[in-house]
Amino acid sequence: MRITLFIPCFVDLVHPQVAISMVQILERLGHTVECPRELACCGQPAFNSGYWDESRAIAVNVLSRLRDAEAVVVASGSCGAMLKVFYPELFAKTPHLDAAKSLSTRTWEFSDFLVTRLGVSDVGARFPARVTFHYGCHGLRELGIKQPPRVLLSKVRDIQLLEMKEAETCCGFGGAFAAKFPMISTAMGEVKCASAAETGAEYIVSNDSSCLMHIQGLLSRQGKSVKTIHLAEILARQ
Amino acid sequence: MNTFAAQFRKQSLRLTRDLRHRLLIQTALGKYETQRDQRKAAFQDWQSARQAAAEIKWDAINHLDTHLRDFVSRIEARGTVVHWASTAAQARDIILGIVRDSKARSIIKSKAMTAEEIHLNDALEKAGFEVVESDLGEFIVQLRHEPPYHIVFPAMHLTRGEISELFTRELGSAPTSSPEELTMIARRALRKKYLTADVGITGANFAIAETGMISITENEGNARLTAALPRVMISLLGIEKILPRLADLALFLPMLATAGAGQALTCYNSLYGGPRQPGESDGPEQFHVVLLDNRRTELLADAEQRDALHCIRCGACLNVCPIFRNVGGHTYGTTYSGPIGSVITPHLRGLQDWKHLSSASSLCGACTEACPVKIDLHHHLLQNRRNSVAQKPARLEKLAYKLFAFVINRPWLYALAKKFARVCQPLHSLVKGKRIDPAYGWTQSRDLPNLASRSFKEWWKDRK
Repeated sequence: MRITLFIPCFVDLVHPQVAISMVQILERLGHTVECPRELACCGQPAFNSGYWDESRAIAVNVLSRLRDAEAVVVASGSCGAMLKVFYPELFAKTPHLDAAKSLSTRTWEFSDFLVTRLGVSDVGARFPARVTFHYGCHGLRELGIKQPPRVLLSKVRDIQLLEMKEAETCCGFGGAFAAKFPMISTAMGEVKCASAAETGAEYIVSNDSSCLMHIQGLLSRQGKSVKTIHLAEILARQ
Repeated sequence: MNTFAAQFRKQSLRLTRDLRHRLLIQTALGKYETQRDQRKAAFQDWQSARQAAAEIKWDAINHLDTHLRDFVSRIEARGTVVHWASTAAQARDIILGIVRDSKARSIIKSKAMTAEEIHLNDALEKAGFEVVESDLGEFIVQLRHEPPYHIVFPAMHLTRGEISELFTRELGSAPTSSPEELTMIARRALRKKYLTADVGITGANFAIAETGMISITENEGNARLTAALPRVMISLLGIEKILPRLADLALFLPMLATAGAGQALTCYNSLYGGPRQPGESDGPEQFHVVLLDNRRTELLADAEQRDALHCIRCGACLNVCPIFRNVGGHTYGTTYSGPIGSVITPHLRGLQDWKHLSSASSLCGACTEACPVKIDLHHHLLQNRRNSVAQKPARLEKLAYKLFAFVINRPWLYALAKKFARVCQPLHSLVKGKRIDPAYGWTQSRDLPNLASRSFKEWWKDRK
């Protein structure tokens, strides 16, 4: 299958290894991967802040670039939700609505794509460490992706998965919210980090890099030894 | 920034740093979640129950005009006097008028968030009447001269020790750490008030159009005494409380108890259809129902967010909200706090004054998932943000997003910006975490990730 990988700006800039891992996994499975240079952002920051015109200015290019894509795999549940759930809303009552609806049906979050679309659960990964899993809210509640990341983790060799309390509670990132209301966002992050620390895990793993960027930022500032890692990075290890 | 937003920020800063508050609320709501989940499991299918409840409420709200007419004509037929109040001021005047006409001196009141909404107690006290809250939690916060902390658990922010100290100071009771004894102290104080009160004021959980009755659900029996003992009973309710049929309660009562408090059913469930009827031995001589609009009809006119009128005030969205759990109920500065409050307050009290509540959310969607009547809460927060920007954009923010789009839409410029950012990164360490740092919002409490020496797109290009 020809897969178009959508790499959001923050993955491109600060977590390139996540995207590289996805390319490796998909190619190992025998698929052709393309990463269009023109795709850098889905327009969610402006959308979430209420600036829908400015968001459309970006999103309309995404729509046109992905018009003929067979399957679009997004390297973040949050950006995936933007394409799949929010584009049809953003383009309601515009001539682009049909294109937005069509893209929605062809868009997948990475773990969901592997498990639901490709029917793959074991990618032959090995990761000898204690991990705890954190759900990104957009992947979980906008896209309803609950089982796929867990199915994939369960097939990783030598991994020990420890359940944290309230794995489904938000880590406090929320995009611009984290900078607009830093005190609330930080408190939420502290609650999340405490739940993760209680498990004794060495790694907090998630299928969304944006949450991990927030959690890692807190852990680093507080000098904690727990590390964060994206699901794709674990799946690429052999 | 307006004063409401500034106050919200100030209180948030205080409460999020208060680790004692954090532990208290997280523990209490953690217990709630366990019980709620046990009760939810007792439903044959919780998701279908939510869907059914949402559909019933959809019917109630989208045919509100006919349901209200039915409700009023049927409850009036039993001698109830119905009053229509368009504004909070009208509702206060109506209730003051009834109280004055009945030559009352003291008033007993059961829990009613609508009364908080119109600041009824203030108005009654200013007019010289004594008002006593009979719900235990409300009784406690009234003694503290505080608004309720939570729409269902008004005193959940207090420990037994604090309540004991309060009772000792205000009621002269002996200190105790036993919840039962604390309850008995309040009960002794309240029993006298029920007997001497001339007027009882209640809220309502539902108004049944089919039979012309109001439904009140409570755990302490205080609302029954409030309704039964005084000569005059007044019930104040929002027009959205309508349920079409009596049988709808079979779904809504257990649902409210489950979502609201993790109970199978609330302890006391009463229906009131009128004052004392000929031949009856008890009940109030007069029964007044005050139907409150107070800008609910404006929400009704908004097709996108009309479902916010489905709300049965169970508080489930507050309980699961990580924002509420960290900033607490008083920080919002509104009658209705938590996600539902952030959604409806801009409609009830002005978007520009209250838009900050819609921004103070990570949009995690836990509220929408918890809502038993399926209000699309977190998406309404997004719509409020959009509406507020359409009305009055923040110029700098708008410019920033325009500039961002300009760069993103030009791959060569984006590539150049990446190189520039990498050059600037070492300089950032000079200001990192300080107030002059442009990223201070983030760096005051968190480290920024380092830019990779080679971005993914550079890797991809080199690889080909």
